[in-house]
Amino acid sequence: MKFSIKVTLKKDVLDPQGKVVQQTLQNMGMDTLKTLRQGKYFEIDINENDEVKATNKIELMCSKLLVNLIIENYEISKI
Amino acid sequence: MNSSVIVFPGSNCDRDIAVALEKLQFKNKMVWHKDASLPKSDLIVIPGGFSYGDYLRSGAIAGKSNILNEVIKAANNGCLILGICNGFQILTETGLLKGVLLRNKNLKFLGKDIHVKVINIENKFCNKYKKNQILKLNIAHNEGNYFTDNDHLKELEDKNLIPFKYCDENGNINQENNPNGSLNNIAGVFNDKKNILGMMPHPERMVDKIISNNDGVNLFTSLLN
Repeated sequence: MKFSIKVTLKKDVLDPQGKVVQQTLQNMGMDTLKTLRQGKYFEIDINENDEVKATNKIELMCSKLLVNLIIENYEISKI
Repeated sequence: MNSSVIVFPGSNCDRDIAVALEKLQFKNKMVWHKDASLPKSDLIVIPGGFSYGDYLRSGAIAGKSNILNEVIKAANNGCLILGICNGFQILTETGLLKGVLLRNKNLKFLGKDIHVKVINIENKFCNKYKKNQILKLNIAHNEGNYFTDNDHLKELEDKNLIPFKYCDENGNINQENNPNGSLNNIAGVFNDKKNILGMMPHPERMVDKIISNNDGVNLFTSLLN
């Protein structure tokens, strides 16, 4: 069973990398670009047949290691 | 006093801290991250460096290593813990210290001497310093921008859990002399019991006049006091 995890910075957390990428795109002439925030993406293949069980395990992976909950949000989707 | 220095793949200040500790009469042992137990330690140091190449987030992988479980147990039993630079990042990733170290505000790796003011001397780590003393220490980091939520920031200030703040050479604390964008110019923080200190500047680099200065010495002699 495959899942994807999207990790994004929380709204109030400064994202200097995203800001530089944004400025670069704007300098390249993308003048309608309003804001850009940078995040992380994981794809996980897990040996489980039960979706609920699998999702619980992915949740655990997120909260224990993949995501720093002080500064990041995450979103799990089945793929 | 017995000290242990934890070594990860990618640690690069482990030798420096060991030299500083031994020079100041600590009986020091190096502990590999895969070890399952700690030698008898009054002080555990998590040194600077780039453990696991800063993969995922600085300190995230080291924070889940075998030996860290033992460090967490020791910390909860009151053992003194000092995390410097990457060591500070590792302590926040384990949850032993609250908050997080974000990328420096200007996106640049900073390797330079800076000044910090000693804010709190009523603790095991700083009792040999004078209150408001200005120290010249060295920083070398890419993620030193301390961030936490407003409630915790207030708690840090109210309970006097911030031992060091970035300042200029005259002790002025403001945004101009905040090298990395840290909230309230924070250069180091304690846990509630003040037995765990995390700091971005490197006191171990300031224990010899020939190569730098002696401003870091009192941090170690305070612990012996």
